Amino acid sequence: MADTIRFRIRRQDHPDSGPYWQEFAIPYRREHNVVSALLAIRENPVTIDGERVAPPVWDSNCMEEVCGSCSLRVNGRARQACSALVDTLEQPIVLEPMLTFPVVRDLLVDRSAMFDNLRRVKAWIDIDGSWDIHTGAPRISPQEWDLNYALSRCMTCGCCMDACPHFGLDRDFIGPAPLAQVLLMNSHPTGKYSRADRLHAIMSDGGLTDCSSAQNCVRVCPKHVPLTAAIGKLGRQTTAQLLRDIFGG
Amino acid sequence: MSTAKPTAIVVGGGLGGLWATLRLVEAGISVDLFALFEVKRSHSACAQGGINAVLDTKGQGDTVWQHIVDTIKGGAYLADQPPIKTMCEEAPGLIRTFERMGVTFSRTPEGLLDLRLFGGVKYKRTVFAGASTGQQLLYGVDEQVRRYEDQGLVRKHEWWEMLSLVLDGDGRCRGITALDLRSLQVESFSADAVILATGGLGLVFGKSTNSSNSTGAAASRAYQQGAWFMNGEFIQYHPTGMIGDDKLRLMSEASRGEGARIWTPRRAGDPRDPRSIPEDERFYFLEEWYPAYGNTVPRDVASRAIWKVVKHLGLGVRGEDRVYLDLTHLPADFVRRRLGAILEIYETFTGADPTETPMEIFPAPHYSMGGLWIDWEQDPATGGMKHGSPRNHQTSIPGLFACGECDGGYHGANRLGANSLLSASFSGRVAGESAAAYISGRSRAGRPDLEGVLGAEQRRQDEINRALLASDGPENPFALHRELGQIMTDKVGVERDNRSLDEALTGLADLQERSRRLGLDDRGPWANASLPYARQVQDMIVLARVIAAGARQRDECRGSHHKPEFEMEIPAGKFPGDPEFEEYVVRWKENNERWLKATVAQHTPEGPAVDFRPVDTSVLPPETPRDYR
Repeated sequence: MADTIRFRIRRQDHPDSGPYWQEFAIPYRREHNVVSALLAIRENPVTIDGERVAPPVWDSNCMEEVCGSCSLRVNGRARQACSALVDTLEQPIVLEPMLTFPVVRDLLVDRSAMFDNLRRVKAWIDIDGSWDIHTGAPRISPQEWDLNYALSRCMTCGCCMDACPHFGLDRDFIGPAPLAQVLLMNSHPTGKYSRADRLHAIMSDGGLTDCSSAQNCVRVCPKHVPLTAAIGKLGRQTTAQLLRDIFGG
Repeated sequence: MSTAKPTAIVVGGGLGGLWATLRLVEAGISVDLFALFEVKRSHSACAQGGINAVLDTKGQGDTVWQHIVDTIKGGAYLADQPPIKTMCEEAPGLIRTFERMGVTFSRTPEGLLDLRLFGGVKYKRTVFAGASTGQQLLYGVDEQVRRYEDQGLVRKHEWWEMLSLVLDGDGRCRGITALDLRSLQVESFSADAVILATGGLGLVFGKSTNSSNSTGAAASRAYQQGAWFMNGEFIQYHPTGMIGDDKLRLMSEASRGEGARIWTPRRAGDPRDPRSIPEDERFYFLEEWYPAYGNTVPRDVASRAIWKVVKHLGLGVRGEDRVYLDLTHLPADFVRRRLGAILEIYETFTGADPTETPMEIFPAPHYSMGGLWIDWEQDPATGGMKHGSPRNHQTSIPGLFACGECDGGYHGANRLGANSLLSASFSGRVAGESAAAYISGRSRAGRPDLEGVLGAEQRRQDEINRALLASDGPENPFALHRELGQIMTDKVGVERDNRSLDEALTGLADLQERSRRLGLDDRGPWANASLPYARQVQDMIVLARVIAAGARQRDECRGSHHKPEFEMEIPAGKFPGDPEFEEYVVRWKENNERWLKATVAQHTPEGPAVDFRPVDTSVLPPETPRDYR
């Protein structure tokens, strides 16, 4: 069996139809990652039972772990498929969609909830307009930059959301990735002017208090975004906001 | 309909498309934004090293004029110069705007924007955000677009693919048809102007540094409907691509800017571990051949040098297509801090630590300097591009604009590193402003009626899809794409010759014929990825013919386009003032008389009809050749 790579893939034809499983085997190549293997399957989609089937559908784009497209569950854990090298994986390699999101088809899910939540928390800097005002933003120390940059590398891939025990189809929780963006925007020298708006957005239902500090998110984040540390800091910011709301100032 | 508020369609959600969207909205025009996937996943995210803008904060006396000169000469004088002038002048303003958007640019100890060195340049001019600058810039504009989306000024159509333009009876672009990638329904959308910001075409070469959605299909579709395609033959090979099975991942030019050295063992097939090879047995060929710029020569020069060392001198590492890119002499913590994100990519995919072991790299297809032909208007007062002119970035189809990598402006025959994030942002901004000016300058009364056209185009596209899904042809689109990549890589690569190009053209015509007989493994009616892919393959082949035809026509060496048969080398060891050098300059100018022209291809049923158009060299007339020695 060493000369093949075996896959067990969860298939689903339509959001409303039931799942089923198929197995595939492709010739072994040391260089294969999960996406390149899916590409090989796509070109000759024949199951190990010899049945020619529709090729599995999945999402991928950059192939270098920076666009966030190709998140799926590989052997039970959400990660970027493009950087999942088959040589490091136990076979058969089990591929499933991130089931905390609605399945569109096969391994493809609908992650619009993440983008909706970025809107919900107002994850942007309120600027006058995208023209030159002949001055930049105020200075930022290299130390502040270190934290901001770590947060800004979140590619909205959804792995943390999939791992989170509180984010899901029928739940309201904003989820770790959009929360961390609140801290990033609140840390910007002018972004902090709208700090109260963002904090109020995460102090209501589905907000920060829905997090139980399970720490799953930070363990699966492919970009090592300090999610739990960010959520901790936001806890202090919301407490301070609450006091400001009550006592003013 | 005529009383409705003006709207524009932007196709593509990378840096260019999002900038265009912002400027349209700010001009009071609501935007329908179409993208193949969530815009935040666009290929702009892959640009690593930085964005050029003269801030001159390193005590080097950098000037905007030098940025203009470097860009023009870097492109071997082939790009129209007034737009370059304006782009370079306005680059610092773009950076300031990005900074206000919250982009996490890397900082100096004083908290100011840091700068790094890039290729083809002698000064530190490149602003960066770690080694994921494109990702950070993209997120900055993505957030601003989301803000406007939240205000109801932008409607996103993600997971939709543009299939064609809708042209009215006057030949004006008045909308698009698009495919819902989930339901497979085709719909037509009308607008007062359409902007294409659909990116590069690396997938035409099979394996490249591009994201797998960078097929060029949308530009090809516009071309097939009459838009001119310019300078198609100018494809940048990035000198430091990682060797890969599925994709040629990129090792940023920032690595060389930060001090990485390119070398190969002097002895062919040297089997030793690179770290055990003594300094005097290493061939630092860029430093030897180009002492003035060394490892930071422009990309076309570096790629050709690597090609020469490997293919002609037989000195590839272990006899294979690769040389070393070496960072191991630099302090590991400095390297990690400045280049962390890209080193992670290398480590993830090769398992080797670049601070310990030299990386192995080879040139990879990376960027299309060519693209849709775009107009512009000169401002007589400044010599640059005229602000707010509706001609800027308009294609040969009225009402259709193009920006970003899918347009053919700015980079001529070779693009300088860190100028792509600049041109994508700048051109997106300008295209948005220009489309807004076009819309406000045109009366809505008396325009040809659109209803019939919208319906007819939608039915035509539906019919194509239906036929493809029903087709039982013998050709597998995936296999056909691989063949396409093979032809382009083998015969339209770093070095070209007319015999191979003729073979390529014959092979491509044959592929195009075969691409009409596709058979799909997936005929399903829902989220069928094979159908759009099959159509992309068909359109990629059309574009490949444009690239190959331009290359066949151009009998010279210029920037990334290199035909050894027509090479005019600068006499070795001779410099300005030496008679041999001056004699070379005379011959170089004679060659410019014949070839300093843009290639412009027009679609015909028989294939591309290639013509030439003059280049505006009013800013820096071509008096001195490129010389990086």
